[in-house]
Amino acid sequence: MAYLIVFGPLLAAIVAGLLQKQIGDRAAQIITTGLLILSAILSIVTFFDVAVGGNVRTLEIARWMAVGDFEVSWAIKLDTLSAVMLVVVTSVSSLVHVYSWGYMSHDPHRARFFAYLSLFTFAMLALVTADNFIQMFFGWEGVGLASYLLIGFWYKKESANAAAIKAFVTNRVGDFGLALGIMAIFFVFGSVQFDEVFAQAAGETGRQLRFLGLQFGALELIAFLLFIGAMGKSAQFFLHVWLPDAMEGPTPVSALIHAATMVTAGVFLVCRAHPIFELAPATSAFVTVIGATTALFAATVGLAQNDIKRVIAYSTCSQLGYMFFAAGLGLYSAAMFHLFTHAFFKALLFLCAGSVIHGLHEEQDMRKMGGTYQVLPWTWILMIIGTLALTGVGLPILGIGFAGFYSKDMIIEEAFMMGAAGVPFGTMAFWVGIIAAGLTSFYSWRLIFMTFHGKYRGDPEVLKHAHDSPPVMLVPLVLLAIGALFAGAAFKSDFVGKGALTFWGDSLPAGPYAEYNYGAGDAGDPLVSNAAGEAEHVDDAAVEAVAGDSGEAATTGSATAGEAAAEHGEAQEHGDGHGGHHPPTWVLFMPLIVTILGFLGAVWFYLMRPELPGRIAARGGPIHAFLSNKWYFDEIYHFVFVRGARGLGDLFWKIGDVRIIDGLGPNGVAGTVMAGARRIARMQTGYLYHYAFIMLIGVLGLTLWLVLRAGV
Amino acid sequence: MLGQLPILTTITFLPGLGAIAILVLRALMRKEDGASMERNAKGVALFVTLFVLALTALLMVEFDPSVAGFQFVEEAAWLAEVGISYRMGVDGLSVLFVLLTAMLMPICILASWKLEKRVAEYMAAFLLLEMLVIGLFCALDLILFYILFEGSLIPMFLIIGVWGGQNRIYAAFKFFLFTFAGSVLMLIAMITMYAQAGTTDITQLLTYEFGRTAQMWMWLAFFASFAVKMPMWPVHTWLPDAHVQAPTAGSVILAGILLKLGGYGFLRFSLPMFPQASEFFAPMVFALSVIAIVYTSLVAFRQTDIKKLIAYSSIAHMGYVTIGVFTMTELGVQGAIYQMFSHGLVSGALFLCVGVIYDRFHTRDIGFYGGLVHKMPVFAVFFGLFAMANVGLPGTSGFIGEIMVMTGAFQVAPWVAAGAALGVIGSAMYMLTMYKKVVFGELTNTKLEVATDLNAREWINLGVLAVLAIYLGFFSTPITDMTEASVNALINQYQGALAAPVQ
Repeated sequence: MAYLIVFGPLLAAIVAGLLQKQIGDRAAQIITTGLLILSAILSIVTFFDVAVGGNVRTLEIARWMAVGDFEVSWAIKLDTLSAVMLVVVTSVSSLVHVYSWGYMSHDPHRARFFAYLSLFTFAMLALVTADNFIQMFFGWEGVGLASYLLIGFWYKKESANAAAIKAFVTNRVGDFGLALGIMAIFFVFGSVQFDEVFAQAAGETGRQLRFLGLQFGALELIAFLLFIGAMGKSAQFFLHVWLPDAMEGPTPVSALIHAATMVTAGVFLVCRAHPIFELAPATSAFVTVIGATTALFAATVGLAQNDIKRVIAYSTCSQLGYMFFAAGLGLYSAAMFHLFTHAFFKALLFLCAGSVIHGLHEEQDMRKMGGTYQVLPWTWILMIIGTLALTGVGLPILGIGFAGFYSKDMIIEEAFMMGAAGVPFGTMAFWVGIIAAGLTSFYSWRLIFMTFHGKYRGDPEVLKHAHDSPPVMLVPLVLLAIGALFAGAAFKSDFVGKGALTFWGDSLPAGPYAEYNYGAGDAGDPLVSNAAGEAEHVDDAAVEAVAGDSGEAATTGSATAGEAAAEHGEAQEHGDGHGGHHPPTWVLFMPLIVTILGFLGAVWFYLMRPELPGRIAARGGPIHAFLSNKWYFDEIYHFVFVRGARGLGDLFWKIGDVRIIDGLGPNGVAGTVMAGARRIARMQTGYLYHYAFIMLIGVLGLTLWLVLRAGV
Repeated sequence: MLGQLPILTTITFLPGLGAIAILVLRALMRKEDGASMERNAKGVALFVTLFVLALTALLMVEFDPSVAGFQFVEEAAWLAEVGISYRMGVDGLSVLFVLLTAMLMPICILASWKLEKRVAEYMAAFLLLEMLVIGLFCALDLILFYILFEGSLIPMFLIIGVWGGQNRIYAAFKFFLFTFAGSVLMLIAMITMYAQAGTTDITQLLTYEFGRTAQMWMWLAFFASFAVKMPMWPVHTWLPDAHVQAPTAGSVILAGILLKLGGYGFLRFSLPMFPQASEFFAPMVFALSVIAIVYTSLVAFRQTDIKKLIAYSSIAHMGYVTIGVFTMTELGVQGAIYQMFSHGLVSGALFLCVGVIYDRFHTRDIGFYGGLVHKMPVFAVFFGLFAMANVGLPGTSGFIGEIMVMTGAFQVAPWVAAGAALGVIGSAMYMLTMYKKVVFGELTNTKLEVATDLNAREWINLGVLAVLAIYLGFFSTPITDMTEASVNALINQYQGALAAPVQ
């Protein structure tokens, strides 16, 4: 079964890719999509088998490399971590395949497109099911290849080609670090197998490694190098520049690769290698700082973009930042939880954006949209659901909300707790998380308002032909919307709550606060039927205290409310006793407050005073210019790296090779020979035989003479 | 199964016989039979190379990978009074190169099918080259090796000088000058070795212990020759010129096989015979290799001639080989051999790809092309695949050599691994940019409108190499198992020699 999950998409890619002429577009679509759906169904079955049934196993397929201790196998590792990724990857991928039937229906190269999509899925599955670092690296570069091919899918477009190369090369910069990290792992542990490496990790804490003339803690260095790889793939600060440009690819690609799956590979890597990161506090702090910086940076840039896809791209970048700072603080399960929920709502947002673009005849500039909710009603509603999920709307006291509410708020709250507990940069991460949440809300609603509300600002002809998407595109959207609505509530206990204690098995620590978080038996928890609710702990004082914060809670008598209240009650209990396992109430409300503020800001700027943003943009101003030019990263990188590489290349070539080496060598010292060569050039080619023959005889004669002389 | 058949001698001299046959035919022909004679020459060449390939396949089957020493050894007295004899044999270090040569040769003949100028001589030159190269990989006698090593220059010199491009004479002489200058020093070192050890038998020399100072000088002399062959920075400048001027098949052989002579030489002579010196000079080799990787990657980035770009990329890839060899770890040496084998397939295929479009449009200028995918989709797929293999994408043979070499290097000197890994970024940069300019984009040049996709011969050539490049990307043990015993023996001997003090 596991074989079918992983190799089904590969088979689909090969058939659709190589036989597209023979079988035609339609068959290629049916084969790829069919095998992907099959793969998704089997993944869900496997997920229950592994995560719930505890049937953790590794299937060895074949030897890949075996030189001395350097043994690498092709394998499928099934533990909860990879099972979660399997579900995310195959479910989003199969929905994107279906969606693409509609989105790509007019493209003459559909078969190739579907082949690439399936190839990508295979590489991603190989990545997540790897049982060693080298196979992971295979998947890692494989998804990079697929991403390159898909970004450059419309290969006639110069900008698409440039973006594809930029993505691949930037990723290679990250891979440079990752590859070195793997080499260091083999050096330190003598193995690249996950199990063997992680088992030994604790024993190597004191080890030092000399690298580039400096002394490092071995584990710190390894973790740092691995994280460089993660930064490249997950578009973190400094190496994020490729992601916005990657939007040149078709929108389904953006949803699958640049939102839900590939870009999260970095987070997956950090989580997979958590035994190393846990023992590398300095690197973990670095992860936190980079994650937090990205979360904030990308959110600020998202404020000033006008391309609908780029806004979402920066949003993705920012959300990945959340996952990383969570992982850096040691909150691996929270990071994975956000990865899980984010996959659904971000794929939803991207596909909705695709639906808008499709409906408005390839228009991506939000300045030429507006008031389209009447012609795109389905897209409008679904996109609002996605936005609510992204901004993490929910009611802290009730403990109910959209998917992002559980995962993002969990990261923010636990970051606060870690900060309070003295983990470096925890408090900073918390505040960054809060501010970025406000910005997220602002740019997300800005997107909604600019796209769907206000007055239409584009070409009226376009609006006349505008249409909502066909069912084949809407059905995947609806399914993703269901995920955006319920994925958080349904799985919160298992990922980050009480259930996490057993859910993750050995693959991931449940998190320091798991047992105090959502308990088992929550409404809607499909996995853990253990009904040992915490509701029994309800303590009247807590209910009242909470009710004081919000009038709504007082009227709610549901079990969920009780459960939420129970948490607070417990918080108070523990707060009195042992210093607290729960953040204070104001922390719980902060995300909601800033989200509302962001929303109101967007309402003010884009609904009530829609002329304001235009005026700000027109007047320019350094801040606006700074943001809309994405902090000038592209310009700086172009100047330093692209021009630098060209300059050095020219220097080495024209000065180094031509002037110095050839100038001194063959053309200079041996200039006389060359003069001879020039004379020969005038001769008939037949004379070359003579020359060659003379050389041959010369060589033989010289040899013989020397040999005979030495022999005497 | 092979019985008493002297298989190495057969494989070696069959092409020679073929060459003679072709030349005799050519000499006997009447003027009006020119066309049929040329067809026959091609037929003979293809038949002979395929037959050699079949015999080599037999050799591979019979080869026992568990034996570290030489197999299929043949000996014949030959200038016995001075201690020189005809000795042939293969071990894990050399057998793969025999295979590689035998595999690439039929492909070269096929790739030259449309040649019109002096066909018979051309085919004879290739067969002669095959004889000399296979012979030198099998040679177990110093002088025999030297003669074949030098001799292999001559057909290549002719292939570039007679069938090359515009500036072929300059390129041919530059090629000859560089390689010959290095070889003279090697010859002197060989004479000295004979004077000291009293034998030219490589199997005996492998166990002879030279004094430390002598090792240093001899190592440097051999290095002069092998470094030029690799080629290593800064004696690499002959290669781009030679490639640019060489005909397609000449480039394939040059990149695929002749560049491997240097790496093979290091493994066969420098390391086992001069271990002290190898250890002493290893940091220098590392430094030159890392410089080569970074330097030539950047130079490749600026090339406007496709062949020059691939030539510079070859130099960078050979940098991995020299690093791997001098790490003297099992992983590094195995990786170096793998890298050589893989580079033989991949760079050979890339030059074939260039040949495909050169045959159609007679230019190698990147600026001339653009949008080829619209007219030549199958070519685009193959070219893209080999470009990715050259970039070292996992799943292609290019990756395995690089990762093994770098991992091996990290054990010895992490900075070398870090420097080598920079090439991973560089290769992506120049290959993808070139690929984009040639294959993608709008078809703006109207001269390209008439482009036709691959014909059957090109299909076979590229298809075979593609299958191999991918197969060896997913399964590396067929190669590494073949070399394991010999490499381990080499390393053990090397470590042993270092442990025992030499006066």
